[in-house]
Amino acid sequence: MTQEAVAEKKTNPIVSFMKVPENYPAEDAYFWGMKCSACGSKFLGQRLACGKCGETEKLEEVKYGPDGELYVFAVIHQSMPGVEVPFVAGIIDLDDGVSVRGNVYGLDPEKPDANWFGKRVKMYSEVISQDREGNDVVAAKFKVQE
Amino acid sequence: MRDVAIVGANMLQFGRYPEQDVVQLAATAAMAALKDAGIGIKDVELVSSGNLYQSNAMIGQRIMKEIGATGVPVINVSNACATGSTAFREAYYAVASGAYDVVMAVGSEQMGKMGLLGGGGGGDRAYSTEGVMGTGIMPGVFGQAGVEHMRKYGTTQEQIAKIGVKASKHGELNPYAMYRKGKDLEEVMNARVVAWPNTLYMCCPTSDGAAAVVLMSAEKAKQYTSKPVWIAASALTSDPHTDRNPTMYDINTLTRNAAKQAYETAGIGPEDLDMVELHDCFATAELVHYENLFLCGEGEAGKLIDEKETYNGGKIPVNVSGGLLSKGHPLGATGVANVVEVVWHLREQAGERQVKGAKVGLAHVIGLGSACTIQILKV
Repeated sequence: MTQEAVAEKKTNPIVSFMKVPENYPAEDAYFWGMKCSACGSKFLGQRLACGKCGETEKLEEVKYGPDGELYVFAVIHQSMPGVEVPFVAGIIDLDDGVSVRGNVYGLDPEKPDANWFGKRVKMYSEVISQDREGNDVVAAKFKVQE
Repeated sequence: MRDVAIVGANMLQFGRYPEQDVVQLAATAAMAALKDAGIGIKDVELVSSGNLYQSNAMIGQRIMKEIGATGVPVINVSNACATGSTAFREAYYAVASGAYDVVMAVGSEQMGKMGLLGGGGGGDRAYSTEGVMGTGIMPGVFGQAGVEHMRKYGTTQEQIAKIGVKASKHGELNPYAMYRKGKDLEEVMNARVVAWPNTLYMCCPTSDGAAAVVLMSAEKAKQYTSKPVWIAASALTSDPHTDRNPTMYDINTLTRNAAKQAYETAGIGPEDLDMVELHDCFATAELVHYENLFLCGEGEAGKLIDEKETYNGGKIPVNVSGGLLSKGHPLGATGVANVVEVVWHLREQAGERQVKGAKVGLAHVIGLGSACTIQILKV
């Protein structure tokens, strides 16, 4: 066996707007994106220009998370095959000024409630599966902070 | 821009047609619209065809092979759920611009029982985010849109369920709807939850269907009809930048933009409308579109349905066809079919569900991702 044939197992983020540090899990995965210093808008992941003002030069890469609050949600009872239901599908406003989708844990999916709005949540990450090449896949989740 | 009239309009009852393919469905609707207009395919100068799931299959040209391949320009349009309505708008502009005098728009889709969950297909399933990092499926996305209304205005699930009740009652009277059984509030509330706050009867079924319209310049229309339906406005918008979009799809801003443009072009306000066919893919969508189309004030959508003002006979009847909740939602056909529905009412041809004395109607569609079309029709 040549050395090239032994592919090194990687740890990949599930979405392009997450990054997994080399020393994961000692250092946690995180969200990243672009910030436009012309108008202040923030985006998840790579952008060629600011989606709000069209600025192309003054875009810088920034790190987001892990703290935020639950803006709104839906409770999914019927989904695609293999998806565990019910689950709370949240829209989370991160304190840094961007929003992300996330499963929210620590709430009873059978009892959706108006007092869930604005709940403080914290992002954490987990290896959720292996891809076809055997690489670990890391996803972000959210837990309610009491 | 020239005035454009709708001279022919027809559709198939939405439902399941496993014995036919989508081209046959579309061709049947096209023939019916031509017949309604009193013309033949040889009179048509351009055809605009909307189909989403087979958008690479040249459905428009295949329709022509069924009904008469005359060699005229044929365009195939896809724009998510706004596919049919965008095909209609292309047809409208072809005449309004002065380039063509007689054109046809056809919308078609064959979905079987695929459901509206969306997603799937190709790729490595390990990277599917559904149920791992929230949701992107349609019931979830539109559930969140309704929950946002709950957060802002204290709207209740019961108020949203009342929209499902209305749709089922209206659907009872529409022979073109897939489901024609009225339901009471208890049935809608107690149905199984698909994506809270929407229960099963607050989600539209997927279906097969086709619809077609024939458009003409004013001068040409005079030769064929004494009762043309005029296109007073045809607006199309995409979603502009807003803070949470597309993490949370913003279905509101582009609808409001399209509504403002359409009202301005037509020279009317929402108070002048006699009826509205809006995009109720889910009951929560209808709720937010009451306000997006300015049918009521900000935060008053719950009150509007509480007071039954959107029932036929109310202040502003919405989806007297039963809406997508009763009709079903064959994506490419939907946006042409809701124009057909408005045309029938403006011509006093809508039978038992006729909105009395309807002179002005609005047809709205939103395709997620997003595209919004609004057509205002008048007689």
